[in-house]
Amino acid sequence: MPIDADTVRKVANLARIRVEEARLAPMAAELSGIIAWIEQLAEVECEDVVTEGGDAAAILANAPKARDGFFVAPKVVE
Amino acid sequence: MNDLTTLTLAGALAGLRARRFSSLELADAHIAAIESARALNAFVLETPEQAREMALRADARLAAGAAGPLEGAPLGIKDLFCTKGVRSTAGSRILETFVPTYESTVTANLWRDGAVMLGKLNMDEFAMGSSNETSAFGPVVNPWRSRASNKALSPGGSSGGSACAVAADLVLGATATDTGGSIRQPASLTATVGVKPTYGRCSRWGIVAFASSLDQAGPLAKTVEDAAILLRSMSGHDPKDSTSLPAQVPDFPAFVGKSVKGLRVGVPREYRVENMPSEIEALWERGVAWLEDAGCEIVEVSLPHTKYALPAYYIIAPAEASSNLARYDGIRYGLRVEAPTLREVYENTRAEGFGEEVKRRVLIGTYVLSAGYYDAYYLKALKVRRRIADDFDQVFDRVDALLTPTAPCAAFGLGERTADPIAMYLNDIFTVTVNLSGLPAISIPGALDAAGLPLGLQVIGRALDEATIFSLAAALEKSAAFQAKPPRWWTG
Repeated sequence: MPIDADTVRKVANLARIRVEEARLAPMAAELSGIIAWIEQLAEVECEDVVTEGGDAAAILANAPKARDGFFVAPKVVE
Repeated sequence: MNDLTTLTLAGALAGLRARRFSSLELADAHIAAIESARALNAFVLETPEQAREMALRADARLAAGAAGPLEGAPLGIKDLFCTKGVRSTAGSRILETFVPTYESTVTANLWRDGAVMLGKLNMDEFAMGSSNETSAFGPVVNPWRSRASNKALSPGGSSGGSACAVAADLVLGATATDTGGSIRQPASLTATVGVKPTYGRCSRWGIVAFASSLDQAGPLAKTVEDAAILLRSMSGHDPKDSTSLPAQVPDFPAFVGKSVKGLRVGVPREYRVENMPSEIEALWERGVAWLEDAGCEIVEVSLPHTKYALPAYYIIAPAEASSNLARYDGIRYGLRVEAPTLREVYENTRAEGFGEEVKRRVLIGTYVLSAGYYDAYYLKALKVRRRIADDFDQVFDRVDALLTPTAPCAAFGLGERTADPIAMYLNDIFTVTVNLSGLPAISIPGALDAAGLPLGLQVIGRALDEATIFSLAAALEKSAAFQAKPPRWWTG
């Protein structure tokens, strides 16, 4: 997503760096160039896949009280 | 007398122990060399008086038979290391007056072992740069020049002052730091040896922070053996750095010259990038042949996420930098620009104290960490970083080390690449993967290109296995037989 002058003003404000009005637009262009280059990371498949689990019986094996695949807990909210 | 500056560190240490010359004579020879090399702008602060005092104390210990492993050896210190009572600027205007009241662990280790400090070395501001041109004190000039012209070339960065001082024989060795390639790329551009050890091998305590999960100290040296000697002294567990590894420090110099027969060395196909000069490709092939001759088995391997390392780095490093550099607020140390309100003091101090590249990175870092963008950029980059480390893990099941070029180009002209930040970032394409993965790597001079400029080879090792990369680098160094030195055009 391209960065505009308003975003630079906001980010500079967060970073506590004074950026002159005249520098906002050129800085926005520079930062947009860098962000556009960084965005190639979207190509990388990074979904975390769950490879273990699904064994409710083992999880409940030590429960003092269980029913229908759930822990049975005392009433918490009155 | 000036011949003493052409010694290697190992040669000088032997000469000192044999009392062929004194530490004071050695220091004086280097002080004279530094004074005659100011055109290179390698030093931001010369400390000749301190050097002579330390040398005299070293001579006393040598005479008493109580010499440490580096006793009497004059070194240069990158200005990112805090040195007690000696101005430490990190190459920034904002720290121009900062005199630390404490000593970094790495430099303290060097002084414990008898080393002598010649001064503080120039660098890119807060280590953010690959050409030394972001320094508030002006760029360092590479001692190497093209055969075709006298144009001033960059020594690389960020440890450009360290690399330049070693290449020009101004110091016997230097400290440096490497966050994305800042030791190895300058080593490649100046025909010096640079080591980025395993993350956690050297304490970061007292080193001005840039990106704390990536920053690591290491040596720049004239030879592989010298680098091993320096790293042995610099390394070690430090309770003051929570990321310092409580691991034994091997006797690194003992692995220099050790046989590499039977080692399996991987050549990653993704490092064959577009537009890479054919001479770099050719040097890489020669490196493969040298290792085969030495009895290594070469294996082609794949590191599929390599191309994503630089973009991930340019999220993670600026994010950490924006947080680390929040401390420069004009209140406790460094520059203060007075203003009517506290907020304006902050904003004006940081506007005047930071250079353009530092501002750019702090703004990028603030942006990628801000609400709404954190997941899309920062969290994504952390996941990609994991994939890059996984690539290495899988490859190191099959090989003992990797061989790659160090940098995608030879030294370039000062001012030639400052207009395009991304083109500058691409200097670190072969080095940055190792920082993201925490692995050790070394760069050694391999050859001169047709213009007479040095090109480096990189060996990457398993975590905490610097020993193997020292052995492989020494084997490559022997085969490369790189002897060239830059003509001393800068004197007189």
